[in-house]
Amino acid sequence: MILVLLGVNHKTAPVEIREKLACLAPDPDAAYRRLVALTEVTEVMYYSTCNRLEVLAATDVPDDAAAAITEFLSSHPELPPVALRPALYQYREADALTHLFRVASGLDSLVLGEPQILGQIKEAYRLATDFHATGALLNRLLHKTFSVAKRVRTETGIGGAAVSVSYAAVELAKKIFGSLAGKTALLIGAGDMAELAVDHLRRQGVERTVIANRTLDRALALARRFRGEAVSLAELEAQLLHVDILISSTGAPDLVLTRDQVKAAMRRRKQRPLFLIDIAVPRDLDPAIDTLDNVYLYNIDDLQGVIDANLQFRQAEAVKAERLIAAETLKFLQWRESLAATPTIVALRDKARRICEAELKKTVGQLGELTPEQLQSLEVLTASITHKLLHDPILYLKRNHHVRDRHRDVDLTRRLFNLDADDAAPEADAD
Amino acid sequence: MTSLPLILALAAYFAATGVWLTYLIWSRESLYAGGRGLMLTGGVLHTLYLALETLSRGQFPIASAGGSLVVVSWALVTVFLFFMWRHPVKVLGALVAPLAAVLLCGALILPRQGQLSPHLQSLWLGFHIIAALLGNATFTLAFLGGLLYLLQERQIKSKKFGFFYRRLPSLDTLDALNSYCLTLGFPLFTLGMVTGSLYAQHTLGTFWRWDPKETMTLIAWLLYAALLHERLVKGWRGRRAALMAIGGFVVLVVAFVGANLGLSSYHSFESLRRLP
Repeated sequence: MILVLLGVNHKTAPVEIREKLACLAPDPDAAYRRLVALTEVTEVMYYSTCNRLEVLAATDVPDDAAAAITEFLSSHPELPPVALRPALYQYREADALTHLFRVASGLDSLVLGEPQILGQIKEAYRLATDFHATGALLNRLLHKTFSVAKRVRTETGIGGAAVSVSYAAVELAKKIFGSLAGKTALLIGAGDMAELAVDHLRRQGVERTVIANRTLDRALALARRFRGEAVSLAELEAQLLHVDILISSTGAPDLVLTRDQVKAAMRRRKQRPLFLIDIAVPRDLDPAIDTLDNVYLYNIDDLQGVIDANLQFRQAEAVKAERLIAAETLKFLQWRESLAATPTIVALRDKARRICEAELKKTVGQLGELTPEQLQSLEVLTASITHKLLHDPILYLKRNHHVRDRHRDVDLTRRLFNLDADDAAPEADAD
Repeated sequence: MTSLPLILALAAYFAATGVWLTYLIWSRESLYAGGRGLMLTGGVLHTLYLALETLSRGQFPIASAGGSLVVVSWALVTVFLFFMWRHPVKVLGALVAPLAAVLLCGALILPRQGQLSPHLQSLWLGFHIIAALLGNATFTLAFLGGLLYLLQERQIKSKKFGFFYRRLPSLDTLDALNSYCLTLGFPLFTLGMVTGSLYAQHTLGTFWRWDPKETMTLIAWLLYAALLHERLVKGWRGRRAALMAIGGFVVLVVAFVGANLGLSSYHSFESLRRLP
């Protein structure tokens, strides 16, 4: 059985092609009906995100299967095969494994190390099993994929450092305040980035949200959204006494807060730390504020600098992840080698023979003096018992099943008789 | 008196140093837990040695440089273990374990013989020493915490994050450590001074002699008192508190090392043996 993976992603296909391909996927019912019907593939599943569509298959006739899947992918009426072909990539065997592991770990994502892709693949796999499209090989492979992705996440820092402005702000806030529970955030102005940051802060435990805006209407609307309080810009100085994190994002041409204002506020707030984030251009907050003790001011460029550094950190960690994936690919291929029926039958007989020898040795020791004839009939007895016992299972394994079933049977046999004693049972998905 | 428990304790501190430095690099929880076990083992052995030594001599072993280093490092480890339990700052171990190991090395190298003058053999003296040294040890943690605070604050203020940014705890955690150390260390330190002064009145007939060590200690006490006061009243914290903790510690080191070895102080090892 050969693993084949075909697909397109954000690197090979422009969005026009990807969005058309995505139309093939929204109805999994139809898609799987077509894929399962393909006689060339034995096991199959696909996953689609906004950045990729990939079909993974196990087959005995890889060339035919690749052709059939290509045909499936180019079946969109508005998408001529000519347009798709250059964008389409195909991986087999070790390359397909590595690619799948890399995708699931976020190494192939637009934002290096992003975590959503793993959930999307899990969901896609659940769907594939609903349609009984997968078998022993893909089942084992996908569970392995989930555990590899999890290892990459826990053993490398690939997902560790924030790579968006709002997350970088949350991360910094945590390095300043420790826990965000019970803290108050103040949003001055509005804007997508600022609102997203407030959103993240609230999810990380920030308790109170205060919204200040030039127009009270807008402030009230935002306050409703964040279940916070609306105040007018005139109350800013008074509010400074109670907030811990301030995000400013106004369109004002002048400074909204000066160093003296903040300095006075710090005295009155007994030096409790203040984290100021200035996302506005031109800037809202006096850069000199940063010279005050216990006040931390970050503007949009500072945050961008943090993100760039974090991306570099992720790239460095990605090298570790690649190493881990290479090792896991090798391990999986070794496991699959063992799936063929013949070695399994040999292993089964071998195990029976070893048990016979061991038991015979024990019994002969207890029986005392035996004639060679008696000894021989004992040997014949044990051998024929095990032979007869194993006769039917072996016959069953040898029977010419459909390939998918044979893999399942071989896998089951190996586990039933514990033929891979040093190999643990397939990891259950712990999520 | 066998020094075997002491040597084993030293080995445990060195092992904890290695494990915790690795933890600093790799940030694996299992490493931290391993270091904790080693440190705890070392602390128990260290205490055992000190108890046996005190029982067999009938006095605290502080009349020699080696002996007093045993007590100093013991106080440091004891206070650190207490903080590890109540207010853990995980990376602190990577600083405390080597410090304890180095102090204990000094204890093993330097002479540990020397009997106290009979005038000084009293339970009160033990009380004075334990309170003062536990206070000093707590301030040592405040000093180390202060260094970590300055390091982390520098990274956040400069907006350039290096090796330590990810590995050091939040500023709030480090500042809280400063606060806890102060509220625990100050009463201990004060108690050490008061008991010492009362005992001096009892044996030497005077509460206070303006001995160099006493003067330095008073300066340190005033520094810490000022810091505690400003923390409580004006809300001093962060960088200033860290700097004060570092400054206070420098004074303490001068008081301890200078007075016990060089300066003509009745706290020196020489006079501890000869007094009155």
